[in-house]
Amino acid sequence: MIKNISNLGDAALYCDFGNEINKEINTNVISFFKTIQEQNIKGITNLAPSYNKLIISFDLDLINFLELKKEISKIKVLKTSESNIKSVKIPICCEDEFALDMERLKKKLNLSKNEILNNYLNKEYFCYMTGFIAGMPFLGDIDKKLHLNRLETPRVKVPKGSVGITEQFCNIYTFESPGGWNIIGNTPIKVFDKLNQEQLTAISPGDKVIFYQISKEKYLSLND
Amino acid sequence: MTNIFFEVLRPGINSTFQDLGRRHLYHVGLPFSGAMDQRNFLISNCLVGNKQDEAALEFAYQGPLLKVKNDNILFAITGNVNFTIKKKTSEIVNGECYKTYLLNKDDELDIISTNQSVYGYLAVSGGFKVEKFMGSYSTTTRAGVGGNNGNKILVNQKIYINNSKGILKNKQINFLNSKIEFIRILKGTNFDYFSENSIQKFFSEEFTVTKLTDRMGMRLKGPMLENKKETNIRSEGLIKGVIQVPADGNPIIMLSDHGTIGGYPKIGAIISADYDKLVQLPPSSKIKFKLVDLNEAEKLFKFYKMETDNLLNQIR
Repeated sequence: MIKNISNLGDAALYCDFGNEINKEINTNVISFFKTIQEQNIKGITNLAPSYNKLIISFDLDLINFLELKKEISKIKVLKTSESNIKSVKIPICCEDEFALDMERLKKKLNLSKNEILNNYLNKEYFCYMTGFIAGMPFLGDIDKKLHLNRLETPRVKVPKGSVGITEQFCNIYTFESPGGWNIIGNTPIKVFDKLNQEQLTAISPGDKVIFYQISKEKYLSLND
Repeated sequence: MTNIFFEVLRPGINSTFQDLGRRHLYHVGLPFSGAMDQRNFLISNCLVGNKQDEAALEFAYQGPLLKVKNDNILFAITGNVNFTIKKKTSEIVNGECYKTYLLNKDDELDIISTNQSVYGYLAVSGGFKVEKFMGSYSTTTRAGVGGNNGNKILVNQKIYINNSKGILKNKQINFLNSKIEFIRILKGTNFDYFSENSIQKFFSEEFTVTKLTDRMGMRLKGPMLENKKETNIRSEGLIKGVIQVPADGNPIIMLSDHGTIGGYPKIGAIISADYDKLVQLPPSSKIKFKLVDLNEAEKLFKFYKMETDNLLNQIR
């Protein structure tokens, strides 16, 4: 499981689960994250799980690195039950005005728009992590035929709701933000909803996500 | 209950409600946020007799101009700030930080600017009447959450104030925001990605704070830091105070509103005891870094904490 625990600054533990990115290692990270969440350990102020790392922030006034490292090392991880895992369906519109990088994708991947969408839509992706901006999910793995680097020059503003792809991953820009992923469409649904405090994000680490296509008409009717 | 409020005649550059910050939401992509300079935030609330986690109004560079709509509002401003009180009698009082004042109906509080620093705090007795989001008043504008419906304060809006519970009492404290010679750091998790020559320069040469600095991060310019291993790492979590170095070799320090995930190598992390002083450095300030070990960083934090508690005890 955890290969090594070191300090990041004086108020965080950096738990290293390995260097590769795969579902197995990431599932270990998520299980560990959920176990700690349930244990309510004194002094912990935040948990940031990612592909293969978990950063645990703590209140230096209440506990220090060595004390918390000892506590964390004792933890036995419960296997996450599949019942915690949601399957989420996300509608996206891929009309030209939303698919900002379709021309680039067609050219660089040497595929038609239909081939690109057929390879991307209606497939199950795994949520490795959420973050950077509130609610942004990092999903994968997309079909090898669609692997492409980020834009050489990132956009200053990617529109809210944009769905982007890069390398083996895809994501959703939950807010307008700078960014360099190749934009393939746009979803009208609120992935981060501050009014839903029981569940702020529609997609959590470990969830399964499927994108399905909608018309512009449908998009406008869902976009309030 | 009466409606007590300020009217915003000028909002200032970046005026937001802040408190001690918001916890347990990194995993959905929300940073701590909270007052950038925690010590000055705590002193502001303490001076006006508030609980330590009451919301204060944080402003940067230029603060707001507020018109007072009621009598007997006790306030204090902390930081290094120029401000005046224009009494309705047209008398002008030059304000001093770390001292409470009483405002009356139709007075104007003009928070002109922070002086050789970035952030200042306005606390009012009773606290501002703002809504909490997930346990904190702190405004995170990028996600649109926290006080004032997730926004900076805006011109012509009203800022409501809670009825003050206790007896209004004037208080004052002598406090000088000392300048810092070094910003002390711990080694980051990718410290060994950088060439020996770059590491040597990192700790011996000066860096300049650039204009690309806000609540999210601080970009520095200085000797180019050469990465000999890998200029991108797999995206992973970040914390405030982490120093990331992108391929161009110029460091970026993550601050309280930082993106929660990043993919640049981490050369170091600012120690907790020096964070308040770091964020107060305005663009074109010079920074020199000094390496300490974890043990030393923890001792320095204890000392910082003790100093803060002593200041608060002097006020109480």
